[in-house]
Amino acid sequence: MTWLSWRRLRALCWKETLQIFRDPSSILIAFFMPVLMLFIFGFGINLDFSRLRIGLRMEDGGAEAAAFAAALNGSPWLEVHSYDSREAMERAVVDSRIRGFVVIPEDFSRKMKQPGETAPVQLVADGSEPNIAQFVRSTVNGVWQTWQMQRAEDRGEEMKREISLEPRFWFNPSAESRNFIIPGSITVIMTVIGALLTSLVVAREWERGTMEALLASPVTRTELLLSKILPYYGLGMVSLLLCVAVAHWVLRVPFRGSVTALWVTGSFFLLSVLGIGLAISSGMRNQFNAAQAALNAAFMPAVMLSGFIYEISSMPLFLRGVTHLIPARYFVSSMQTIFQAGTIWRLLLPDILMLMGTTVVFIGLTAKLTRRRME
Amino acid sequence: MNFLSRIHSLVLKEFQSLLSTKSGRMLLIMPVILQTALFPLAATLEVRNASLAVFNEDRGRASVEMMQRFAASGAFSRIIPVWSGNELEESVGTREALLAVHIPADFSRRIAARENSPVQVILDGRRSNSSQIAYSYLQSVLDGYLKDRASAAGRVVPSEIIARNWFVPNLEYTHFILPSLVAVITTIGALMVTALSVAREREQGTFEQLLVSPLSPEMIMIGKTVPALAVGFFQATLIVLAAVFLYHVPFQGRLALLYGAMFFYSLALAGVGLFISAVSKTQQQAFLGAFVFIMPAILLSGYTAPVENMPVWLQHLTWVNPVRHFVEIVKGVFLKDASIGRVLSLVLPLIVIGAGTLTAAALMFRRKAA
Repeated sequence: MTWLSWRRLRALCWKETLQIFRDPSSILIAFFMPVLMLFIFGFGINLDFSRLRIGLRMEDGGAEAAAFAAALNGSPWLEVHSYDSREAMERAVVDSRIRGFVVIPEDFSRKMKQPGETAPVQLVADGSEPNIAQFVRSTVNGVWQTWQMQRAEDRGEEMKREISLEPRFWFNPSAESRNFIIPGSITVIMTVIGALLTSLVVAREWERGTMEALLASPVTRTELLLSKILPYYGLGMVSLLLCVAVAHWVLRVPFRGSVTALWVTGSFFLLSVLGIGLAISSGMRNQFNAAQAALNAAFMPAVMLSGFIYEISSMPLFLRGVTHLIPARYFVSSMQTIFQAGTIWRLLLPDILMLMGTTVVFIGLTAKLTRRRME
Repeated sequence: MNFLSRIHSLVLKEFQSLLSTKSGRMLLIMPVILQTALFPLAATLEVRNASLAVFNEDRGRASVEMMQRFAASGAFSRIIPVWSGNELEESVGTREALLAVHIPADFSRRIAARENSPVQVILDGRRSNSSQIAYSYLQSVLDGYLKDRASAAGRVVPSEIIARNWFVPNLEYTHFILPSLVAVITTIGALMVTALSVAREREQGTFEQLLVSPLSPEMIMIGKTVPALAVGFFQATLIVLAAVFLYHVPFQGRLALLYGAMFFYSLALAGVGLFISAVSKTQQQAFLGAFVFIMPAILLSGYTAPVENMPVWLQHLTWVNPVRHFVEIVKGVFLKDASIGRVLSLVLPLIVIGAGTLTAAALMFRRKAA
């Protein structure tokens, strides 16, 4: 008996393909879910603040205080709510109705006029939302600085900043977070789709006993593995292309790379996640457990540890080590490169090599688990 | 009494099917342990260990002083000196540096001439959020430097901002993420238990046996809901303990409020789960239904990105998302000592969601039982 017969493999793949098309849920997983998820990511996950809600309490009635309040109100980045009592404003922060507040103290205008004295402005940010708090601080700071310069200019004083930074964005000139979040989220989506497709399908075969029937036939382990991988690889690839098409043409994310680069990196990535799904289902043999394990082993790590939102380089050393085991990590960075920078093989190659490595690891693991079951 | 003893034995049976296998028991505990061990440290939008590439064409004292400030600030773990514009581009292109600074040759001369001296900063747009945050570090280091220069020269600024953060003064991300994890992890646990258990019984044919037993559909529902509550409370308690004792997140509010809200949250989840299992025929369908609910519910809960950044129509739509309300509750109680009134206003939607889904599920079961 040879370890691989093309005739048997073709027959098995054909059986698997028929099964995919007969079962509406596989089609649902491969085509409906990715598009739904992509829309959720596209609209729901946005790190760019349009308008921050802050409170303002004026304890000073002078002209200077009024001028600064006007500057705050005029900022397109802030939605300023005025409060008459400090208690009400503080309660609004506790209840998350505002994300921070500014207090202009009593003698603000007087101190502003006094040369040699510094008039303080109080700013409180809601620290329970660290990212929002950062933006509240930097936005209010920006308004304050512009106001000071404007004021100095109006009074004919010289108040130049000695050094100024001139920021410029590369690769994503408008600095829209969705332009990097959407390519990253395609990775999360494909991780889930790949792991789900295989984990559920194979676990069901174990549960129903059809796997034993297959194993009792002259089919070899290699044929069996390949027949589970190849049809789902095809399905996953179509699903991936669908995601990229929707991202580019519907969600309008610029795509600067080539389809070849996408195909090469996408293939190894898909093979790795199909491997994860297969390994889970061979290990669990039970749909209920396989489903839960797939969710916990695929979805959550892909969201948290792939670098798609949370920067890997900011993580502690041991966690950075853990991320190397997660195929999504390599695909996130190559997708961001392919989408925003173009086909730069020098950047893609290391990721592709690592994806080849994870493919071997996870499919190898499945082979090992299947053998144990056969005995 | 008869009612209670029947429910009692039904609940016992449910627990047995949950806990009888080793992999079943593992699945209730391992995800919680792994996720509380890994995710709080991973989830940070702070920028650490970033590299800054510097192309300094100026030889004056000011540029050297400024660079020393950047290096000493701790925001950047590595300063990469480069000697040409090409190298500068390369360092950002290959992701070696998150930011690149270009100091022109006339930098010191312009300062000496009391002119504004510009410095170009290149930000990696592929990682626009991180590079913006790193840029704000750079800006604040520069502000400090300029202020010191001004006071050394005897100039006084007319006004200054004194900023403080409430609740989490140092803006530690772990304090933000752990309370959210209480909500997120229990969602997966409690929902899967309810959504899949009925479907599994249906696939194995034991559901028909349950229906012909003297148990009413309502009693079956209670029997399926109690384990979900237990799983939710168990997992949530583990994470709360880890948050307080391992990650030292101070618990500011009242524990009773948290657990009271958790009861209604688990009920809402059980309602959603039972509804899913009532409409699906196979485990695979039930799982897909659960997943189609869980994934958007977690992503649109304010856990990964703030709800207020979403388009307005989507913000309104998130009202039906129980995870969104519970994330708010846990964060409020944990970090801000939220008032009873505030918690009640967030529990109310949970009660509405729970009542709605449980009623719908009961109707579906009744129709099937009849």
